[in-house]
Amino acid sequence: MSTIAAISTPNAVGGISVIRISGENSIEIAEKIFRSTSGKKVAEMNGYTCAHGIVVDRDGSQIDEVILSVFKSPKSYTGEDVVEISCHGGIYITKKILRLVLESGASLAEAGEFTKRAFLNGKLSLTQAEAVIDLISASGQNEFKYAIALKDGAIFRRIDKIKSRIISVLVDLSAWADFPEDDIPEVDPDNLLKTLKDIYHELDETNKTYDYGRIIREGINTVIAGKPNVGKSTLMNCLSGFERSIVTDIAGTTRDIVEETVQLGDIKLRLSDTAGIRNTDDIVENIGVNLAFKRIYEADLVLALFDNSVELTDEDLQLIKKLSDKKVVAIINKSDEKSMIDRRVIDDNFKYVVEISAKNNDGIDRLVDAVNKMFIREDIDAEKGIIANERQKNCIVKAQSLVEQSINALEQGELLDAITVLLDEAAGYLLELTGEKVSDTVIDEVFSKFCIGK
Amino acid sequence: MSFEMGKYDVIVVGGGHAGVEASLAAARLGCKTAMFTISLDQIANLPCNPSIGGTAKGHLVREIDALGGEMGRAADACLIQSRMLNRGKGPAVHSLRAQADRVKYHNYMKRVCELQENLDIKQAEIKEIIVENDVVKGVITSLGAIYYAKTVIISTGTYLRSTIHIGESSYDSGPDAALPAKGLDECLKKHGIELRRFKTGTPCRAHRRSIDFSVLEEQKGDDDIVPFSFETDKSTIKNLVSCYTAYTNEETHRIIKENLHRSPMYSGRIEGIGPRYCPSIEDKVVRFADKERHQIFVEPMGLDTDECYLQGISTSLPEDVQIKFLRTVKGFENIEIMRPAYAIEYECCDPTQLRSTLEFKTIRGLFGAGQFNGTSGYEEAAAQGLVAGINAANLVLGREMLILDRASSYIGTLIDDLVIKGCQDPYRMMTSRSEYRLILRQDNADQRLMPIGYKIGLVSEERYNRLQQKIEEIEQELKRVNRLNIAPSKELNKFLIEKGTSPLSTGCKLSDLIRRPQLDYSTLSQFDVEREEHSDEVCEQINLRIKYDGYIKKQLDHIEYMRKFESKLLPHDLDYTQIRGLRLEAIEKLNKLKPENIGQASRISGVSPADISILVVWLEQKGRQNAS
Repeated sequence: MSTIAAISTPNAVGGISVIRISGENSIEIAEKIFRSTSGKKVAEMNGYTCAHGIVVDRDGSQIDEVILSVFKSPKSYTGEDVVEISCHGGIYITKKILRLVLESGASLAEAGEFTKRAFLNGKLSLTQAEAVIDLISASGQNEFKYAIALKDGAIFRRIDKIKSRIISVLVDLSAWADFPEDDIPEVDPDNLLKTLKDIYHELDETNKTYDYGRIIREGINTVIAGKPNVGKSTLMNCLSGFERSIVTDIAGTTRDIVEETVQLGDIKLRLSDTAGIRNTDDIVENIGVNLAFKRIYEADLVLALFDNSVELTDEDLQLIKKLSDKKVVAIINKSDEKSMIDRRVIDDNFKYVVEISAKNNDGIDRLVDAVNKMFIREDIDAEKGIIANERQKNCIVKAQSLVEQSINALEQGELLDAITVLLDEAAGYLLELTGEKVSDTVIDEVFSKFCIGK
Repeated sequence: MSFEMGKYDVIVVGGGHAGVEASLAAARLGCKTAMFTISLDQIANLPCNPSIGGTAKGHLVREIDALGGEMGRAADACLIQSRMLNRGKGPAVHSLRAQADRVKYHNYMKRVCELQENLDIKQAEIKEIIVENDVVKGVITSLGAIYYAKTVIISTGTYLRSTIHIGESSYDSGPDAALPAKGLDECLKKHGIELRRFKTGTPCRAHRRSIDFSVLEEQKGDDDIVPFSFETDKSTIKNLVSCYTAYTNEETHRIIKENLHRSPMYSGRIEGIGPRYCPSIEDKVVRFADKERHQIFVEPMGLDTDECYLQGISTSLPEDVQIKFLRTVKGFENIEIMRPAYAIEYECCDPTQLRSTLEFKTIRGLFGAGQFNGTSGYEEAAAQGLVAGINAANLVLGREMLILDRASSYIGTLIDDLVIKGCQDPYRMMTSRSEYRLILRQDNADQRLMPIGYKIGLVSEERYNRLQQKIEEIEQELKRVNRLNIAPSKELNKFLIEKGTSPLSTGCKLSDLIRRPQLDYSTLSQFDVEREEHSDEVCEQINLRIKYDGYIKKQLDHIEYMRKFESKLLPHDLDYTQIRGLRLEAIEKLNKLKPENIGQASRISGVSPADISILVVWLEQKGRQNAS
């Protein structure tokens, strides 16, 4: 059985989210992305123990602070080796960790698959089998409906186009290998390489739409930050039309962070108001400040508020430092009051600066413009199709990696039969989204494209 | 008037390439076997190309040989030219192709059959299959002779109710003017077997002296011949002839187009479905109108004849048009046709009615093999014949049936495709049909299949021991090469630079050097002083195993994964409407095809991963219920 992974907590903002990995490689996969605080390897951990540490991406940079739990076969829910990563609950971070797990070798679990495995490994009783079947059947029907709906979509056409290009390469390679005596154009490695690089590029472009698509669908994870009394709450109320539209309480952190969704022009913001940033000895308040920094770290967009009426404080400078590699709109509030702020510092540090008066509801349109300018990407044409879910993303990433391998193999001078096998698999991942089979598709094309035969 | 004439374990209907392999296998496994053929002079006839092998087909022949079949040895014995196709395109697609002497091939196979213990050869047309209570009981000939049998294999090739079309003329006939089989098709339908009509064709044969070879391109055989059979001593085979290439031209195409209305293909008189990879010249000219020329290969039909086969221009145009368009070809100005080209239609079965053992799902003891199962080609036929013969014998002897899975062989892939996907036109093997082609190479067919042939009883102890020694030698040498450290030296670095690869600054494993595309196992021998002498075959295996190591491992992982599903067997009599949760489309397909196992079920179009999950859970549930 392959190793599977999925987010096993509801797909919503919660206190903690759990990513579950099950299968014989789960420990090995966890090892690739987890650095424990104690320095202990995942493989050294006993079953039913957990470790504190961080999840890192391929460059080694920290994604989140997590608790990792290990369950050794057969003493686990599925009866296989299971690793569970409990992270801090944001949808974005949770999905990012899942994506890392998938990129490290796990496959995305089908709906009901953990339960299915539990049953197959004798962990569930016979009477529970019916429930397992119902679960799989229901999700299978849904997926089927979804696949049919997908066929009309732009993303389907986009993937289909890339798929056709790979198939076309495979057709040339197959015809050339299977009909060596027929009058078929030779496959030129240089042309092939060029085509493969094009295909790689197209996959890459498609892949990039995922984050953009997420922003369109789920909204931009936005944090309003600034020192106390700079006008954060006023801005929040101002943006949400005085009434809070959707309020989601976050367990354990209700004290200072409020989340709601507002529509700004073409863009949806998921707004969090944070505790005021200041140095404090108050333990409770300090938690709020730390949490604010954490939210800033996770955010797609920070609306950094500064007070026009006073000089920049240490807290302001500390905030500016934290924002160095973030997408930020610097907002100078209280534009209606006498300016005391050092504008140069703000202008030097931020590309987008707007002046508003939250109190008078003035300048909000300039803020909307700035945000739209930042996020409506001209290089991504939404009409061409945007990856809609983790499954599509997963297939594209795998296809992309195989095309990359085939490019490397070709550049190293490896023979074309090996390249063909890699591309076969790449096409397989794209065809998975439409339920076709590679070899049939290729062979049908060979016969229609080439004049072959004795 | 009927009368009883004998009793057999296995009866084979047809003496073509499928029938011969089936008969020999069954007889060799100790079954009392009879092979029936409409004419003894058509046994193992080559009515189309005088050649054996080709891409993927060459793989099949080597696999047949490794399992203990006859085709490889016969091809080596009758070979007049040999080539390894696709050299330079990678070992997975290397394929052997040989020109064979047509008459000699027939004589060789007929003689092997005659000499085979337990095998009777009989000239007769089978009109009827006796079936009682869904179990096969025997056959009845057109003369009324009844032969009882425990198993019957149908391998009627292109003979079943066959019709030949040449231009405006059509007549009932088998290939090469043999009699067609009439009546058996009605009997099969009566027993509930679905038949369909396929079509194939062959080009004309011309007299050698009427061709001007001086203006054609010569195509010689390989200097270094690789035999088909792992048993053949390669010093015994030589190239004896050349083939030649000619080309059609615009004038040829003009004549063909002007006379399309006289082709039965275009007038609609032929209803059978032709093979896509073997289009007639009129098809090529119409469908690929922008092509200025098409190739024609001139292949000698044998050493004792002046007949030449003209590959590439099969047609059903009338004789006068055939000669007219041929004479426009450079070198063919004075060509004389000896046998005209023709199209032939015949009855064959829908192979999804078969199990992977090639036994019909609905009739115990009745098997199908060869072109009757919807394939095309001598090699595809022989491969199925061998499997059907083995399994008929297994059934008689009460042994476990042989099922070759896709990961084991091209033979397994061929049969799996047939019984699961079926075929819409005559099925030809291609390397692109195998997802495991880096493992299923023609060079390792012996390692893959000879142990199976030995276990079945078709491969001798001696041959099997030789294979074991070869494998041992390969494994030992691989171990050594993977361990051996090579230190950088002036000579080595000079050599590496000459070969266009980077010099060494620190030591490395010999296998790492072999893995470099510019180098191989043999060329590095001078830097490997401890190396012992190995045969060419062993050297080739070592080289490939190291070079393709990463890919091989990857494919082996896929295979391991696939085999887990392949080993979950589904009952033959399962009614899928009884399983909760399956989608309607899946139920219909599964009930029609009755797959052997979960792996096969997953390859059926219209069966989704969720359906497969449900089957897996259902199987487990059932298993536990039975256990408790």
